[in-house]
Amino acid sequence: MTMIFGVPLMVFMGQLMLGLINGAFYALLSLGLAVIFGLLKIVNFAHGAQYMLGAFAALLGLQYLGINYWVALLLVPLVVGGLGMVIERLILRRIAHLDHLYGLLLTFGLALIFEGSLINFFGVSGSSYPTPALLEGGMNLGFMFLPTYRAWVLVAALVVCLGTWFVIERTRLGAYLRAGTENPALMQAFGVNVPLLITLTYGFGVALAAFAGVLAAPLYPVSPTMGSSLLIVVFAVVVIGGMGSILGAILTGLAMGLIEGLTKVYYPEAANTVIFLVMILVLLLRPAGLFGKEA
Amino acid sequence: MTFNSMTFNKKTLASSIALAATLMATGAQAQMSDNEVRIGYLADLSGTYRDLAGPGGLEALKMAVEDFGGEVNGVPIDVFSADDRNSADVGATTVRSWFDQENVDLVAGMVASSVTIAVTNVLEENNGLGIVSGSAASSITNEHCTPNHIHWVYDTYPLANGTAKAVVEQGGDTWFMLTADYAFGHALEADVTKVVEENGGEVVGGVRHPFPTSDFSSYILQAQGSGADIVGLANAGSDTVNAITTASQFGLTQSGQQLAGLLIFLNDVHAMGLEDTQNLLLTTGWYWNMDDQARAWSDRYFDRVGKRPTMVQAGVYSSTMHYLETVAEAGTDDPETIRAAMAERPVEDFFSRNGHIREDGRMVHDMYLARVKTPEESQGEWDLYEILATIPAEEAYRPLSESQCDLVNN
Amino acid sequence: MATTQQLTPAMQRQRSARLRRNTLYLVLIVLGLLAPLAIYPVFLMKVLCFALFACAFNLLLGYAGLLSFGHAAFLATGGYFTGIMLASYPGLTPEVGILIGTLAAVVLGTFFGVLAIRRQGIYFAMVTLALAQMVFFFFVQAPFTGGEDGLHGVPRGELFGLISLSDNLNMYYFVFAVFVIGFAIIQRAVHSPYGQVLKAIRENEPRAVSLGYNVDAYKLVAFVLSAGLAGLAGSTKTVVFQLASLTDAHWHMSGEVILMTLLGGVGTLFGPVVGAGLVVSLQTQLAQSPLGNWVSVILGLIFVVCVLSFRSGIVGEIQKMVRKNFK
Repeated sequence: MTMIFGVPLMVFMGQLMLGLINGAFYALLSLGLAVIFGLLKIVNFAHGAQYMLGAFAALLGLQYLGINYWVALLLVPLVVGGLGMVIERLILRRIAHLDHLYGLLLTFGLALIFEGSLINFFGVSGSSYPTPALLEGGMNLGFMFLPTYRAWVLVAALVVCLGTWFVIERTRLGAYLRAGTENPALMQAFGVNVPLLITLTYGFGVALAAFAGVLAAPLYPVSPTMGSSLLIVVFAVVVIGGMGSILGAILTGLAMGLIEGLTKVYYPEAANTVIFLVMILVLLLRPAGLFGKEA
Repeated sequence: MTFNSMTFNKKTLASSIALAATLMATGAQAQMSDNEVRIGYLADLSGTYRDLAGPGGLEALKMAVEDFGGEVNGVPIDVFSADDRNSADVGATTVRSWFDQENVDLVAGMVASSVTIAVTNVLEENNGLGIVSGSAASSITNEHCTPNHIHWVYDTYPLANGTAKAVVEQGGDTWFMLTADYAFGHALEADVTKVVEENGGEVVGGVRHPFPTSDFSSYILQAQGSGADIVGLANAGSDTVNAITTASQFGLTQSGQQLAGLLIFLNDVHAMGLEDTQNLLLTTGWYWNMDDQARAWSDRYFDRVGKRPTMVQAGVYSSTMHYLETVAEAGTDDPETIRAAMAERPVEDFFSRNGHIREDGRMVHDMYLARVKTPEESQGEWDLYEILATIPAEEAYRPLSESQCDLVNN
Repeated sequence: MATTQQLTPAMQRQRSARLRRNTLYLVLIVLGLLAPLAIYPVFLMKVLCFALFACAFNLLLGYAGLLSFGHAAFLATGGYFTGIMLASYPGLTPEVGILIGTLAAVVLGTFFGVLAIRRQGIYFAMVTLALAQMVFFFFVQAPFTGGEDGLHGVPRGELFGLISLSDNLNMYYFVFAVFVIGFAIIQRAVHSPYGQVLKAIRENEPRAVSLGYNVDAYKLVAFVLSAGLAGLAGSTKTVVFQLASLTDAHWHMSGEVILMTLLGGVGTLFGPVVGAGLVVSLQTQLAQSPLGNWVSVILGLIFVVCVLSFRSGIVGEIQKMVRKNFK
């Protein structure tokens, strides 16, 4: 059997596959953070909570309203994204002129409120969300058994990531967005409704988090604390990629998934820590992240 | 055997004399500190372990007090509670202030082992009394034992022992261990390895994952690659839940391997659902539907709380009742006297069978080997376990001969 | 003295301000000495430990403009090293143990500082967060910390081998002394020429550079000082509670100290003290009330309200009011 550093090739390939799937997930979440940071310059500490809200909305929708997975996948991002827009209008806008650190603190507070309230109503054990019938079972790839749902997660996450990248880099709306990032005052002068653009952007970033939440619902137990441990990993991804860089977030997300996946084979104890090690190294060598521009 | 029972008798006799002496010294009239019996409930009310003990445990404690009539020998019983937020210093500070300001007589609850160990130190310092219901660590009545606390419901020793032994006997003799990488996981792993090897099995591999981990797919894949019959889960809480869910998605059981959960609670199984957990073997200290007595109490609990009780919540009721009965009988709430008198009385109720409190503070009682039902077998939302066998109290727990506790003369 | 006649009005104002300040300090010290007669000393000790921690954090955020999201690492390092030393060498007196813990935090702070101070704003916060996560990992892995169970049974011992600290009152006065020393160090640092340069850097870093200041060196000193004092707080806390646990190393703790400082008033000397007092009382009071389950929601609300309409914090707002009404 071919061995790679003491691990059979088959196992190694399987681990790479899993790393890629997790990476796609990280990419999706980091993408939302990066979009928000790009225009609002806010580090959205509530991102983990909004991801959790997405999963919860899907679960409650199924339990009480009978909304199935596919509808939830479309509906939940709209609802949670809408909530995001309300938050932006009512709260975040008031501190837009301040140091960006205030935005970080405020969203941290929001995350505490969301999580704490849901814990009080639903407890912490969480509930499972059934895998949609169409995606049950799995396929044998030769080197591993891959559950169909995970394959779907990979495809869905990559499609949404690339779609977002395309919209932002290649369309007129994206051009406005990028220009708004560079110089909001000028955009305003050109007659673009910048405050609306900001609201929509925040809503879109939150919707991405909620979308990731719905995707995650059948994978992990849906519980109020599911977002908080993921949050700082996703932060690290965004920082490594270069804050605000769309492509950076996507590529770094995938890369970090792979690196983490390999760590789980060779030194599993450090799997939660390796990303932070990479982050420190990257920031020492390239202060603005891999794809960021020096300020 | 005879030697053991003789020492037991001698001890019984000695403590009876001590009790009688105290009773005589205090006279016949009731002697309660500050004319109130004050019980403090300390647990995680808002974090990871909330559903295991949490507000439900407090409700069970209140039930016990109400069932007892709200007073002992004419003296009112006062119940108060605090959230330890799983932080050792919050827990220790709270209990310290209960001693200094509230004259607490009994501290109940206690879940996270770091909190429990910190609290038992405070109990010892203040010569108080505590009954630990939620914690898993067997070290609580081993190297961390004190004369001031009792460990009621379960610990890792019978969980590892009961499950591992049963599984090896059923023919699962090669094991792959999935261990949470911290003290608790390591201890559980060591216990299981010992039992597996003693019974002729072998641990062929393992992986230590960080605590906490949300994605277990990589580890499950490694477990599948190991070719072991059994995948042992030496972790707890959300880690175990995530591991089991992922294992089910990757068809671990379909490919002929079996999972052995070492620390799984009713609320975990309920959360995961039977689809993912069916046929899982586990050891439990109690199950709500195990017999009429248990069911009768659980029905009353269900009417108040809306959920079926976990073994921890039932244990809180049982231990509080035992405490109150002892206080009523002894006519005092002096911790030392009560601790001795509680050990005198056998513990026999809807929760505990063949139970008694050992000198290391361990309440040993019958434990049960259970199998999680399949969705087809289950009759309702909470119909989750089938009890396969009873593990007798004397066999279930770590024998005193292996104890490192200072209170045990070895 | 003959020089008194030559005092300019500005110097006089400065002098009377200093007099007022010294009177205030004196009153506060007397209050601190009398406090345990009225309030439960263990609670007071907890407040003082967190107050010192928050003051140390504030030195960095309030006076150097650096938001560290990894200060829990220093608190925990101080705590663990003190705990291990005192638990394994029974002959060691508590003050030596605390000194060792503080030194460990200083060493770690120097390492963190060298890596982090070259970054600014959010990048600085993220680097410190990442480093603190590595420290957390180390404490989970290290055999001597007891992992999740924590490190227990640290003896309070006898101060200088003479005064038993198992008595709560003795312990309190010792903690109070530690706090006063720590606070005095910060007060001196802030009001010294060094502190003025630090503030200048915070306000306008390029200008400070062009004036010829070695900005990095100034920041590094502030960072190490802050880390050391946070370590001192952690060490003292370990002696008081006789334990060290992972809670102190978790990133939530880094968030909590931000909350304390923000609530009390960033960049004010007393703000962090008031903030720590409030947060600790809230947690203690709420935890024992029927609202116990809502602690994190309430803390979250405080965060939001603070940021939206209370940015100068309690002490900051009071200072603003005083300035408006008495000038």
